[in-house]
Amino acid sequence: MNQNEFLNIVMPFKDKVFRLAKRLLVSTEEAEDATQEVLIKLWKNKAKIESYNNVEAFSMTMTKNFCLDKLKSKQAQNLKIVHSNYKDHNVSLQKEIEVNDSVNWVSKIIEELPEQQKMVIQLRDIEQYDYDEIAKMLNMNNTAVRVALSRARKAIREKLTNTHNYGIK
Amino acid sequence: MVLNNIEKLLEKYDNGETTLQEEQQLKHYFTNETVPPHLESYKAMFTYFLVNEKEQFTKDVPLQSKRSVSFYTKWISVAAVAVLLIGFYFKSNVFQQQDDLGTYDDPKVAYNQLVQSLELISSNFNKGTEKLEYLNTYNKGVSKVGYLNEMDKTTSLIFKK
Repeated sequence: MNQNEFLNIVMPFKDKVFRLAKRLLVSTEEAEDATQEVLIKLWKNKAKIESYNNVEAFSMTMTKNFCLDKLKSKQAQNLKIVHSNYKDHNVSLQKEIEVNDSVNWVSKIIEELPEQQKMVIQLRDIEQYDYDEIAKMLNMNNTAVRVALSRARKAIREKLTNTHNYGIK
Repeated sequence: MVLNNIEKLLEKYDNGETTLQEEQQLKHYFTNETVPPHLESYKAMFTYFLVNEKEQFTKDVPLQSKRSVSFYTKWISVAAVAVLLIGFYFKSNVFQQQDDLGTYDDPKVAYNQLVQSLELISSNFNKGTEKLEYLNTYNKGVSKVGYLNEMDKTTSLIFKK
C-alpha cells in the first residue's frame, strides 16, 4: 500500500477523528496532535489495514482509547489541558448574539458531561453514525448507547432551559 | 411541517429512539424555520450540531514511510563502508611499494655508503656542539655569583647576633 492509497482510505474520516478527539480533549491543539498520532499509528500498521473489516470504526475506537489515555495521564500529572480556542465576539445584531450565546452554552454543557455521554452525543448527533456502529466503536451494547444518548440529550436540554430562564423564573 | 409532528419526534428524540432520517428532519426544521419559543433550547442544540459537523482537520499528516527509508539507508551505509574498506586496502598496497627503496648487492659499496652518510651526520653534529662551547663561559659567570651565598651566610650570622 502506498501513500496515496492510504490517504484515500483515511481522508473521508479524518475530520471525524479530529472532532471526536476535540470533543474529548477540548483543546484544538491537543486534538490535532491526537489525530496525527492516530493516523500515524494507522500508517505504521498499514500492512494490517486490509484485515480490519471497518477501518473507520476501528480508527474511531483507536481515537477514543488514545484520548482517554491522554486524559488519564494528564489527570495523573495533575495538569489540565489548557485551550485557547477563544472566538472573536464581533456580532452586531442582538439576536445573533443571543443565538451564538446559546450555541456556546451547548458546547459548555457538553464539556461538563461524562466522557461516555460526550462520545455518544458526538458520534450520533454530529457524526450521524448508526446505533450498531456506535456500540461497536465504544464497546457497549445497543441499548446502553441509547440510554446514554437519551440521558445526554435530556441533560443538555435541561441545562439549556435552566440557563435561558435564569433570573426569570 | 406540523408542530404536532415535530413535538412527537422530539419526544422520541429525547428517548434516543429516532432514526437518523428523523434526526435529519429535526435538524432541518430547527435550523431553517422559525421555532416557537418553548422549543428554543432545541434550536440551540441543533445549530450547535450542524456547526460542529463542519469543523475540519487542517494539519498535515507527516507520513514518511520510515521503514522503507531506513531499509535503503541501511544498504547505502553498508555499500559506503565496503567502498571505504576497498579504498584503504588498495591505498596501503601503494604505500608499501613506495617504501621499498632498493638495496645494495655488493657489501663493500654498502659499507662505503654507510661510512659516508655517518660522516655527514657527525660533521653536522659537531657544528652544533661548537655553538654549545659558549655555555661554558656562562657557567663561569654563574660560579662567580655563587660567592654571594657565602656573603648571605655571614650576614645571617651578623643578624642573629
